[in-house]
Amino acid sequence: MTTRMPLISVEDLTVTYGDRIGCNGVSFDLFPGEVLGIVGESGSGKSTLLNAVSGQLEPAVGQIHYRTRLNETADIYRMSEPERRFLMRTDWAFVHQNPRDGLRMGVSAGANIGERLMGVGWRHYGEIRSTALSWLGKVEIFEDRVDDPPTTFSGGMQQRLQIARNLVSGPRLVFMDEPTGGLDVSVQARLLDLLRGLVSDLGLSAIIVTHDLAVARLLSHRLMVMQGGEVVESGLTDQVLDDPQHPYTQLLVSSILQV
Amino acid sequence: MTEILRVENISKSFTLHVQQQAVIPVFEDINLALSAGDCLALTGASGAGKSTFMRMVYANYVCQSGQINVRHQGDWIDVVSAAPHTILDIRRVTMGYVSQFLRVIPRVSTLDVVAEPAKMAGMEVEEAAEKAKSLLHRLNIPEALWSLSPLTFSGGEQQRVNIARGFVTDYPLLLLDEPTASLDAANKAVVLDLIDEAKARGAAVLGIFHDHEARERVCTSEFDISEFRVKSDG
Ligand SMILES: Nc1ncnc2c1ncn2[C@@H]1O[C@H](COP(=O)(O)OP(=O)(O)OP(=O)(O)O)[C@@H](O)[C@H]1O
Ligand SMILES: Nc1ncnc2c1ncn2[C@@H]1O[C@H](COP(=O)(O)OP(=O)(O)OP(=O)(O)O)[C@@H](O)[C@H]1O
Ligand SMILES: [Mg+2]
Ligand SMILES: [Mg+2]
Repeated sequence: MTTRMPLISVEDLTVTYGDRIGCNGVSFDLFPGEVLGIVGESGSGKSTLLNAVSGQLEPAVGQIHYRTRLNETADIYRMSEPERRFLMRTDWAFVHQNPRDGLRMGVSAGANIGERLMGVGWRHYGEIRSTALSWLGKVEIFEDRVDDPPTTFSGGMQQRLQIARNLVSGPRLVFMDEPTGGLDVSVQARLLDLLRGLVSDLGLSAIIVTHDLAVARLLSHRLMVMQGGEVVESGLTDQVLDDPQHPYTQLLVSSILQV
Repeated sequence: MTEILRVENISKSFTLHVQQQAVIPVFEDINLALSAGDCLALTGASGAGKSTFMRMVYANYVCQSGQINVRHQGDWIDVVSAAPHTILDIRRVTMGYVSQFLRVIPRVSTLDVVAEPAKMAGMEVEEAAEKAKSLLHRLNIPEALWSLSPLTFSGGEQQRVNIARGFVTDYPLLLLDEPTASLDAANKAVVLDLIDEAKARGAAVLGIFHDHEARERVCTSEFDISEFRVKSDG
């Protein structure tokens, strides 16, 4: 048996907004190559948890340990701000529900991708351009759109561009908040298929927030179910969906026809 | 022969919280063992819990008490208490499951659906594709359909794709839930041959077969799950 160390380890995480609880006492480990889904109704604390784990929202209580490329353990909220920024740029990626939050709308598609490469030290214009073109191909955007800004793209294309921008720099851990939200069903299927392929080909670890259980089933190995800021059930995705134990999970699963 | 699966004192009931906490007792205190090269048929009336038992072995259903030990790469692992990533490892290389219905993934071709588990288990891409093709061929799925998603296939075609997917990897432990249901005689014979070949290479097979002729042909023993029905106190 290979013993693996978690890539990220979250311990007793609590986030508050004034007197209001965002999420409460959440703990979990994420192993390399693992995709964790977070599901639950609106307001249950999914985005709060994701933002806290991804270093964007300081928790009131709790710790997040991350295993770096040098195989050292780093406490996300104990490191200096520049160190954290560096980590977020080199190791992590964040795909937002609204592509406008994750793209620079005023510059071309090619520049959106190239900017990330420059952020991790690429300098050679020709290489940056050819890598940007190859990533446009991977996310099924025609190369002749490379010089167009995202404002001229459809919602589904914008979302695919956001994914290319995030994955081009070779992150180890990807956070996604409702990556297929706001897209119509056929566009969603295409995006899901793309994500599924990229995640498994690149061996990425990912944490994906969604309230679509079908999306969770397709993309995630493991699932956490949230209600009122707390994790009420977690486990292997198909076990949680096919034999849910908690009353809230049973309600969630039964309120849709087929997952 | 080497034991591959050892089930100890397992019980199962479902609690339906959304329906006034109704409790559905299924079975209690099942023990069984399965060795390489054997094929054990789970029998019992409809609703006795055959599929439930199989899903518990696959860790798809929760097991409330007892142990389900699977020999995985030389070690015994209890899937009831194993971490999710360990269970996924076991499913990747040790334990295959052919459910009664194929779960179709949108936009993925039939050939890829079948080859995928082999690739996940570490087989080279070309070899996995070759193996997938030969299984699809044996199971009489016309070549013209291989590049399409099984989404629009008939029930029997989907079931054969599902079977091909289950046999593309040489799992030491195979779980088969009604693999011959909804198949014509010719295709049923192919599936029974595949099971015999798996046994011959040393796989342990746990199967549910409504068709008793099929059972007679491939199974080495039977296990009647109805005998473990939860006795009511009255
Ligand atoms: N900036 C904020 N200030 C105050 N309260 C907030 C803030 N952000 C979130 N909350 C509250 O925290 C709780 C959890 O919100 P969160 O955004 O994490 O939910 P969610 O599960 O992501 O919901 P959705 O599915 O609707 O996106 C909610 O009650 C919300 O109103
Ligand atoms: N996910 C589930 N949630 C609640 N109850 C379930 C679930 N799965 C199975 N059951 C119940 O468990 C009992 C056993 O069902 P199971 O499907 O295992 O029977 P079976 O022996 O395979 O029957 P068949 O021969 O009809 O396929 C039934 O009462 C069924 O309703
Ligand atoms: Mg949210
Ligand atoms: Mg059944």
